[in-house]
Amino acid sequence: MQSTLHHKLSAAFLPTHLDIVNESHRHAMRASDSHFHITLVSNAFMDQTLLARHRAVNKVLADELAGSVHALTLNTMTPDEWAAKGGLVEASPKCKGG
Amino acid sequence: MEPILQQIDEIVKSNPIVIFMKGTPQFPQCGYSSRAAEAIKACGVEFAYVNVLADMEIFNNLPRYQDWPTFPQIYVNGELIGGSDIVVELHQRGDLKPMLEKAASTPAA
Repeated sequence: MQSTLHHKLSAAFLPTHLDIVNESHRHAMRASDSHFHITLVSNAFMDQTLLARHRAVNKVLADELAGSVHALTLNTMTPDEWAAKGGLVEASPKCKGG
Repeated sequence: MEPILQQIDEIVKSNPIVIFMKGTPQFPQCGYSSRAAEAIKACGVEFAYVNVLADMEIFNNLPRYQDWPTFPQIYVNGELIGGSDIVVELHQRGDLKPMLEKAASTPAA
């Protein structure tokens, strides 16, 4: 699954940085391919709202989200925003069972 | 519009700020819902919530309403703002509080 996500996102966004972490182990009730933390840095996000960026990612991964992928933590940035953050992103929240 | 989507639409349009979440702001049952609710609570404005785990019809149909596949979903003045990551990022940027304060002071449509 992780390589599928990587492949699809790479093809769709030509990212300058792409990091996908499988966090499914933190969610005891879920399958092994259920929770992912994706950091995607791309020029494609230039002049796009956060809503538009997340919509674009959700669209590319629609099949996976309809299947085993239950939740994504998404960090969508342009290269400038990524540099301004010093290449750091916030951790995903702790699972509460739902 | 189908009755269930109509029902969701009425909830969205009659509340200036509403979060559809798993659990309640007091007892969230999902880390993402919890984080989003905390960000909204931190803004100190009144908001409405819908526990999607308590209404399976809303749970099953909300993703179709604005073509957004995941929970939570946060609507301000009838418009989808996004999910947990977006609300938290807006909060960190300092953009969430003024947005919610403005919505809270506007009468519902």
